[in-house]
Amino acid sequence: MNAHRVTALIAEDEPLLAQALQSELQALWPELEVLANVRNGEAAVERTLALRPDLVFLDIRMPGMTGIEATQAISEDWEEGAALPLIVFVTAYDQYALQAFEHAAIDYVLKPVETERLRKTCMRLQAALAARREPNQSRPEQLEATLAQLRGLLGAPGIAEAAAPLLTVIQAGVGAAIQLVPITDVIYFEAADKYLRVLTASREYLIRLSLRQLLPQLDARIFWQVHRSTVVRADAIAAALRDESGRLQLKLRQRPELLPVSRLYAHQFKAM
Amino acid sequence: MNDPRPVPESVSSGAPRGSYLSRGLRVVGLSIAFAIVLALLREQNLWYTIVYALCIGMICWLCIDFGRTLASKWLLRRGVAGDDVRESNWPGWPWMFGIVFVGSVIGYTAGTALGDWLVGGRSSNLFNTGNLRESLSLLLFALIPATGMTYFFHSRGALEKRNAAAQAAQRQAAESRLKLLEAQLEPHMLFNTLANLRVLITLDTPRALAMLDQLIAFLRATLGASRLAQHSLRAEFDRLRDYLALIQVRMGERLDVVFDLPTSLADVEVPALLLQPLVENSVKHGLEPAVSGGRIEVRAARDGADLLLSVRDTGVGLGSDASGQGGAAFGLSQVRERLATLYGVRASLTLVSAGDAGGGAVAQVRLPLPVAESPV
Repeated sequence: MNAHRVTALIAEDEPLLAQALQSELQALWPELEVLANVRNGEAAVERTLALRPDLVFLDIRMPGMTGIEATQAISEDWEEGAALPLIVFVTAYDQYALQAFEHAAIDYVLKPVETERLRKTCMRLQAALAARREPNQSRPEQLEATLAQLRGLLGAPGIAEAAAPLLTVIQAGVGAAIQLVPITDVIYFEAADKYLRVLTASREYLIRLSLRQLLPQLDARIFWQVHRSTVVRADAIAAALRDESGRLQLKLRQRPELLPVSRLYAHQFKAM
Repeated sequence: MNDPRPVPESVSSGAPRGSYLSRGLRVVGLSIAFAIVLALLREQNLWYTIVYALCIGMICWLCIDFGRTLASKWLLRRGVAGDDVRESNWPGWPWMFGIVFVGSVIGYTAGTALGDWLVGGRSSNLFNTGNLRESLSLLLFALIPATGMTYFFHSRGALEKRNAAAQAAQRQAAESRLKLLEAQLEPHMLFNTLANLRVLITLDTPRALAMLDQLIAFLRATLGASRLAQHSLRAEFDRLRDYLALIQVRMGERLDVVFDLPTSLADVEVPALLLQPLVENSVKHGLEPAVSGGRIEVRAARDGADLLLSVRDTGVGLGSDASGQGGAAFGLSQVRERLATLYGVRASLTLVSAGDAGGGAVAQVRLPLPVAESPV
C-alpha cells in the first residue's frame, strides 16, 4: 500500500491552522504529499480541478465560498467517469452540518484537531483508497453515495437558507426604469458572477441577487435546481437528453439554449 | 403550506374544556359538603340530602357554565368581546348575574325533580310552595352557593392566568439571557481560537501565552458583563481590543484594526460591552466572508451633548451576505433594546453602507453624554 503515492489538498482560511494541519498530516502519514494549501473556497475548487488530488481537506466556513459549496462545484466539474477525491470537512462548530455527516461517505474532523482523531481519519482514508483500487468495487455506486450525502448537506438547516416568503414578481433595473417580471414568465435563472440572469421567453434581465439568496424564495416544486448555477421552471423543460459523453442536457420549450444538468441533480430526471 | 391557525385554536379551546372536569369535581365535593351540613342542621336523612344536593348542584353548575360559554360565544360573534371573553370565556359580572340567576332557577327546579324521581319522593320546589317568601328563600338557597362558586372559579382562573403569564415572562427573560450569552460566546469563534492556541503552544510559546491572556480577559468580560452595568469607555475599548486581538491571530494579515478614543472621552461611562455585538457583526458578516479581509475602525467622538460611537468595516457590505442576516439582526436588536431601556428615545443605533470608496458598513450609536461630561 505504501508504494502508492497519495496526494492531498488543504483549504483553510486561518493560516496557522492550515500550516498545523499540514504538518500533523505529514507526521501521521509520511507518504502523503500535500499538493497545495489554499485560503478560500474558490482557490480550493480551482486547484483541486487542476491538481486532481486523492484527498481534499476543506474548512466549512471560508470567505467567498463555503467548503460545502466548494465540494458541490468540484463534484459538478469533475471529469465524468473518474473517481471523485475523498473529502474531509474540517470544522470548528457546525451543529447542523454535523448531523448530516452521520453514516458518512464523507468524513469530518473537529477543530481543534486532536492528533488521535486525525490518525483515525487517516486510517479510514487509507482503507477507502485501498478499496478504490480493488477492481470489483463499483464506482457508480460509490459516487452515488457521495452525491446523495452532498445533496443532504446542501439541504441541511444552517447550511441551506431558511425558507422565505415566495417571490411573485422579479424587479429588474433596466436603465432608469424598474421592470416588473412575473415569476410565471421566467424560464430559468442563471448565476453570472455577482449577478443573476433572469430569462423569459423573449428577454433577459440582470438582478443583483445570488442564487443562494433567491432559492428559498422560489417554490421548489415549480423551479428545479439543475446545476449549482441554474434553476429552471419545470414546466418549461421539453426534454432531458444525454449527449455522447453521457452528460444530461435540458431542451426548453421557449428558448433555444441547452442547459447542462450536473450529476448532483441528474437523479431528478427519470422515466416514470 | 401548513396553516399556523390550528395550533393556537386547539390550545385556547383545550384549556377550558380540560378544566370542566376539575370544576365539576369541585361542584360535586361542595354539594356533598353542603348536604352533610344541611342534614346535620335539619336532622334530615343524609343520603337523600346528598342526592338532592348533587342533582341541584350539578344542574346549576352545568347551566351556569354552559350559559357562560354561550354568552361568550355570542359576544364574540357580535364582535363586542373584550380580552376576558376571548381568553377565558368570561362575559363579565352583569352577564354572569343573569346567568347565575337563571341557572339557579333551572338548576333548583330540575334538580329537585330529578331528585324526586331518583328517591321516589315529592318535595317542594320554587313554583309549588304557594308562598312567595318560601320560594325566595329556596331560591337563595341555590343562589348563594352558585354565586360563591362562580366567583371562586373566576378568581381562580384569573389567578392561574396571572401565574402562567408571570412564568412565561420569567422563561422569556431566562431565554434571552441565555441567547445573549450564546451569541457572545459563539462556539465557532471559541473553538477556532482554541484551535489556534493549540497550534501556537508548540510553535510560539510567548505568543500562545499572550493569546491565552487575551482569551481569559475576553471570557472574564463576557461572563461578567451581565453583572456589570456600566464601565468606562476606556475599559470598553480594552475589551474590544482583546476580542479583536483574538480574531487577528486567526485571520492573520486579513484583518487590520484601528481604534480612535479621544482622551477627553476615555472616562465616560457606557453600558458594558455595548459595542461588542457590532464589532462581532463586522467580523462575522463583513470581513470573514471577504476573501481579502479588510479593516475595522472603532471610534468615539463628541457631538454636542451626545456621544457618538461608531464601528466601521471595509468588508463585503450589507445585503450581500444573506446567510448571516439572522444572526446580525439579533446582535443589532440586542444593542437597540439596551439603548432603549437605558436612554429611551435619546439614544439610537443606525447601520448603513459606508459611503466612501472603502465600502463595507458603518454602525453608529448615538447616546446622551452623562450631564457632568456635557458642555454647559
